[in-house]
Amino acid sequence: MNPLDTVTGTLIAGVVLTVILVFVAKAIVGA
Amino acid sequence: MELALFDRWLHILAGVTWVGLLYYFNFVQAQAMAAAGADEGGPGPAAIGKYVAPRALLWFRWSALVTWLTGAYYLMAWPAYSLGGAFSLGFGAGSLQLTSIGIGAWLGTIMLFNVWVLIWPNQKKILGIVPATDDEKARARRVAFLASRSNVVMSLPMLFFMQGAAHGIPMG
Repeated sequence: MNPLDTVTGTLIAGVVLTVILVFVAKAIVGA
Repeated sequence: MELALFDRWLHILAGVTWVGLLYYFNFVQAQAMAAAGADEGGPGPAAIGKYVAPRALLWFRWSALVTWLTGAYYLMAWPAYSLGGAFSLGFGAGSLQLTSIGIGAWLGTIMLFNVWVLIWPNQKKILGIVPATDDEKARARRVAFLASRSNVVMSLPMLFFMQGAAHGIPMG
């Protein structure tokens, strides 16, 4: 089952990616 | 500076057009096609494929290109940004604004690649604009679908970081 096959799975993946990238941005700026 | 302001306006207008159509494809048309295909005795999905999808795809792919070009120009023209600084994610600069716009720029660039390299060539097969066997069409449908859904996923952080670069991101 690919989460991208459903709209809900797609939106959850987008929110998760956003949260991950916030931590990435924090790490880059702090570096 | 005045040209950069006009360019920024164009960038947002084109971006709204692009992402609006992306959401239309993912939240409206895909479901409508499936419902029309399953509706026995109904008009079927052919009309959407013939009259709606080609027009939507025309605005979709060209607004995507205009969004990217006006965005790249803005990175070069606006004093707080630079093209190299954004695409190197502001490493060593200590600027959240540059890192933030850079993450958005990378996501937007990957999304543009998906539109022109994965979605549009495969949609041409699906819609019969170029000849393709049934197997090729089935594969094209899957690749275009996943590329389109991936763009929805990336659009969330892309918008978060692009607006965050201008309006601020609380980072704790």
